[in-house]
Amino acid sequence: MFSPADIASLWVTLKLATVTTLILLLLGTPLAWWLARTPRRGKVVMEALVALPLVLPPTVLGFYLLVALGPHGPVGALLDMMGGPTLVFSFPGLVIGSVIYSLPFVVQPLQASFSAIPAGLLDAAATLRAAPLDRFFSLVLPLARPGLLTAVVLGFAHTVGEFGVVLMIGGNIPGQTQVLSISIYDHVEALDYDQAHWLAGSLLVFSFVMLLLVYRFNRRFGLGRP
Amino acid sequence: MSLWFRFDHRRGDFRLQAAGEVPARGITALFGPSGCGKSTLLRLIAGLERGDDGEVRMENDIWQNGRTFRPPHQRPIGYVIQEGQLFPHLSVRDNLRYGWKRAGRTNDTAAGPDFDTVIELLGLPELLDRRPGQLSGGQRQRVAIGRALLTRPRVLLLDEPLAALDAAAKRAILPYLERLHRELALPVLYVSHDSDEVARIADRLLLMEAGRIRAAGDLSDMLTRSDLPLARGEQAETVLEATVSGHDADYHLTRLRFAGGELSLATQADLAVGEQRRIRILARDVSLTLSPAADSSILNILPARVSDVRPLNPAQALVCLDLGGTPLLAHITHKSVAALGLEPGTPVYAQIKSVALLV
Repeated sequence: MFSPADIASLWVTLKLATVTTLILLLLGTPLAWWLARTPRRGKVVMEALVALPLVLPPTVLGFYLLVALGPHGPVGALLDMMGGPTLVFSFPGLVIGSVIYSLPFVVQPLQASFSAIPAGLLDAAATLRAAPLDRFFSLVLPLARPGLLTAVVLGFAHTVGEFGVVLMIGGNIPGQTQVLSISIYDHVEALDYDQAHWLAGSLLVFSFVMLLLVYRFNRRFGLGRP
Repeated sequence: MSLWFRFDHRRGDFRLQAAGEVPARGITALFGPSGCGKSTLLRLIAGLERGDDGEVRMENDIWQNGRTFRPPHQRPIGYVIQEGQLFPHLSVRDNLRYGWKRAGRTNDTAAGPDFDTVIELLGLPELLDRRPGQLSGGQRQRVAIGRALLTRPRVLLLDEPLAALDAAAKRAILPYLERLHRELALPVLYVSHDSDEVARIADRLLLMEAGRIRAAGDLSDMLTRSDLPLARGEQAETVLEATVSGHDADYHLTRLRFAGGELSLATQADLAVGEQRRIRILARDVSLTLSPAADSSILNILPARVSDVRPLNPAQALVCLDLGGTPLLAHITHKSVAALGLEPGTPVYAQIKSVALLV
């Protein structure tokens, strides 16, 4: 079944996806709210930037991240100067790459469900004495629940499945930056199809079950798909 | 406490320049054609939009002035718009409690009615456990009004709360509004473009036209002022407060007394002697004679004096009458004006063809 190296890469993958999803929720929620509500024209630029990882080959994204985060890149050099850690070929570097790579998968469903909330409801809440943050937690989040769930699942699953970005900036260090998709690649390279089957099959089943649960949940609450 | 406002606000081509007052008691209707800025004015008063330049205060309590701007959630208002805007994820009970809980935490609320009084007043007890999706349009609006009242506001701002309802639902909800009106001492600013609604429930009128307040005053004065469009339209009308003074059992008639005389109309079961009701007389249902006709089928013939004659259109004139201090309108032809020699001061008899009970 799974070798110790496989278990290690499974653990790295889960840790990476969890941390990435949490960070994306914290960053993506205000960003999506701003995109859904701002009347500014500049927002299309932001929307295009957010959507970029959807169309860009992951290797392109990974390449630029490698350059930026590397010891001679702007971010890497700054961190180096301040005595910070090296980001390339490390778990934190992997997290940064994943956050950027999975950004649209979290922001877009959130933005769609925020936009669907009628402005009149927010006005009503304001005249019912709810302060802005109160309105967000008592009204916006409950009404955006299907979008929130979709965002979490897509963000998580997409991070689990990433390959190109990880390969570029994470390298392939077992226990630290070696994730599932790279382990599968390694097994296939070594013509070790049995091991590859175990990992690939588990990933397939995991993804399917996740999506099944999301759709069931959204239907049961009668809120429709976002 | 009365509410006072003044705005000079520009958005695109539209300019809103309005000042006015909502007195401490009764319903003030903000009346005007669609697109004249009524809803914008209400949103400005609520603080949902911030005008370029504006001032809003309730007695000494300043909501907006210069750089001072209190956001809507800090203003003691109740605000209800056309579609009610109930929160779909909450039950009726939790919708009603939403503002109630939050208003309880601030000192800035009027004493106001308690939870049970409000749900009783609006007929909501049976609806508490339902979801907004399971309510009819009229029920939703009643819940929305109750939800706003439960914040114990110092002023109620209603933006065409009945406009989305069909005639039957409207008839069903109006009595509730009238009860609010009678039982709560709360200033109400009521936006409407429906003259029937206004005639029925308003005490005062702010007449709005193209972003400005054209005129303001008591409902009956405003309806009969010959310089305002209200007295000149097809539906021009006089609204009177009258008291039921007696019944004529033989002919099934009820008599109502008002400052300018007494009127008879077909008896309606729910009229008790001494009760106050609002009645309406359309200008086109009033004809004039110089002497009291003894051989007319018209029951209601009252002595009056012409106070003003104005042309309406090539064929018709508007005649304003004075019935012992009460104004009355008549739309008659220029030919009749000439034949009867009508001019200010002429004593006449007003023949009133039909009288409608409003409340």
